[in-house]
Amino acid sequence: MQNLITIRELSETQLRKFLSLSFQIKKNPEQFSQTLKGKNILLFFVENSTRTKLSFENAVKKLGGTHVSFTGGASSMAKGESLLDTVKTILQYGADALVMRHSSGGAIDWLADACNLPAINAGDGHHEHPTQALLDSMSLMEQWNLSPDQELPFKGKNILIVGDIYHSRVARSNIHGLTKLGAEVTLVAPKTLMPSDLSLFPKVKVIHRMDTPHGKEILANADAVMMLRLQLERQKVAFFPTTQEYRHFWGLTVERAKLLKPSAVILHPGPMNRGVEIDSEVTDSKQSLILKQVENGVWARMAAFKGVFEWNS
Amino acid sequence: MELVIRGGRVVSPDQKIDALKDILIANGKIKAIDQPGSFDSLSGVKKIDASQKIITPGFFDVHVHLREPGLEYKETIASGTRAAVLGGFTSVACMANTLPVNDSAITTRYILEKARDAGQSRVFPIGAVTKGLKGEELADIGFMVEAGVRAISDDGMPIMNSALMRKAMEYAATFDIPIISHAEDLNLSKDAPMNEGAVSALLGYRGNPAASEEIMVAREIALARLTGARVHIAHISTIEGVNLVRRAKEAGLNITAEVTPHHLLMSDQLLMKCDHGCNHRHSRADYKMAPPLRSAEHQEVLLEALNSGVIDIIASDHAPHGCMDKETEFELAANGILGLQTTVPLMLGLVQHKKLSLSRMIQALSSAPAKLFSHNAALSVGNDADITILDLEQKWKLTPEMLASKSSNSPFLGREFQGAVMATIVGGDVKWSTEK
Repeated sequence: MQNLITIRELSETQLRKFLSLSFQIKKNPEQFSQTLKGKNILLFFVENSTRTKLSFENAVKKLGGTHVSFTGGASSMAKGESLLDTVKTILQYGADALVMRHSSGGAIDWLADACNLPAINAGDGHHEHPTQALLDSMSLMEQWNLSPDQELPFKGKNILIVGDIYHSRVARSNIHGLTKLGAEVTLVAPKTLMPSDLSLFPKVKVIHRMDTPHGKEILANADAVMMLRLQLERQKVAFFPTTQEYRHFWGLTVERAKLLKPSAVILHPGPMNRGVEIDSEVTDSKQSLILKQVENGVWARMAAFKGVFEWNS
Repeated sequence: MELVIRGGRVVSPDQKIDALKDILIANGKIKAIDQPGSFDSLSGVKKIDASQKIITPGFFDVHVHLREPGLEYKETIASGTRAAVLGGFTSVACMANTLPVNDSAITTRYILEKARDAGQSRVFPIGAVTKGLKGEELADIGFMVEAGVRAISDDGMPIMNSALMRKAMEYAATFDIPIISHAEDLNLSKDAPMNEGAVSALLGYRGNPAASEEIMVAREIALARLTGARVHIAHISTIEGVNLVRRAKEAGLNITAEVTPHHLLMSDQLLMKCDHGCNHRHSRADYKMAPPLRSAEHQEVLLEALNSGVIDIIASDHAPHGCMDKETEFELAANGILGLQTTVPLMLGLVQHKKLSLSRMIQALSSAPAKLFSHNAALSVGNDADITILDLEQKWKLTPEMLASKSSNSPFLGREFQGAVMATIVGGDVKWSTEK
């Protein structure tokens, strides 16, 4: 069984194929309206999600499939049923693929394995969120008029990923994805929000401050800045003193955004904490690709289904 | 009934014995040890042919979870001690984290009674340091010593309060028993299902840093210096932990340490692929234990320290868990793996590959653990006949059906071994043998 669980394990060619598929679908969605005909998809979301879940639902619909949707917390799991039992129970209603979001990294691996179903990761713990990386790269390619059919399309582009790298599956998938596509990636975070050892990741630059001359220079050289959501619900321990201090040193404030090249673009996977990691004015500026990201989410997820079912057919 | 073990090579490093000898056993005791053939003329005795085999003092596993009372779905004293003798252990010491916790003489006596009924390996119950392993007040240590406890430990529920640990050490020293420490700063390792390092960063898990162990090893040594207590560091897993133990020994403190086969043989890299060539489907949770598998550089230092004697003991940390304890989200999965039936064969593998000397292996599995529990395990006339016989050549593969344990949470299922336990003799009784 081949699944879309990580960007890390995709080859550069496979990654570009997914992106290429995303653009084909976006250009001519009608052509794919029967792709999932007769297929029932289990959308299993044990952790909260708005846009990912809606875009997966939309993707299934546009591909002509049906879905059963499960949201954890409200049902048997709250009564103490194990994850494996819950999924196996739901599968008795019939499912041809599993899309799962879960707060535990790797949960999708063993569930997909145990259930012997093709699986698409909709976010697992702090591990990966591959469809987010697809839609982010798609949005950047569109912006920069690049084609996924050419090798290393992001060669020469400087991309910053700023914020809570430690807890971010979006960051992990994007580090793998953007570097595979040729970008120079710089991670920006206080040491408390940066994994201590990045040696197994592809080569990236790491800086801890944006307010220093070096930090400002890096910001001024960026072609894209990806702001991560500050995952306030995950901050079980104090990673920084206050959100005010966080905004001051790592937020994309109006003043800091002025340092960016006029051509630079701003991404955020949402949901945003406006006024913390990103100022409202910046969110709504012309440089922001944030709403485009949401739109592309549907195409990228359609491509994920198409690609995974092709692998397994 | 008398028993003769003939033709084998007897290796008991602490007694400076390494020679072909025959052993005569009568009434559960060693009656004579003599030149090969010495007892051939005896009739009406049972004979074990040990030619080409290694005869050692009975192996003693100081770190085992037998789960009874209270968690019999994972293991019972009967199933666990059966696994022990199949794995070459004539004695095991069982941790106190049962239900109820072994923090009273009543529970200690219950365990000993069950062990007698099972009639497999000897069992040395380890008493809790604190009531209910809660780290709040001392358990009935004296009463438990009277009932048969020879060491105390809160194991996986380490005592964070240094003042309480100091008192526990002083009290343990009063009864001349060691205190066993699972060295882990729980604040540093909170919510961390694996080692902190490159792999945890890649997989997106919170990491348990080596510092969590180092800090507590350093604290235990400081308290041992303060109190004069005997302190044993369980399952040491870090370079700096080893360095601290070495320095403490050099300073003359009464510190010992154990290492597990899994920390010697595996690194956290395995959590990425969940496969180490065993040809068996393993899940990530099969590699989850506390302390966690560390990065590869720690392995080398552990092996070196075992060879040099800085690490005294090899212990399995046999930790059976039912499938529902493991088949769950990685962060929620229970810590621990089986060890009783794999420890000796895995160590024989290291001997085979010349990474561990046979004599160090035997010391670390027999005399050193016996000493920790004030048990006389030497192969001497008049001693209990607790003997392990090893076959260095036998090739075999571990399958689930071979496990005597009630659980099967072993990352070594499917592994091919060279070297096996040929027989385990407890008090003159052949509890298990590949012959017959």
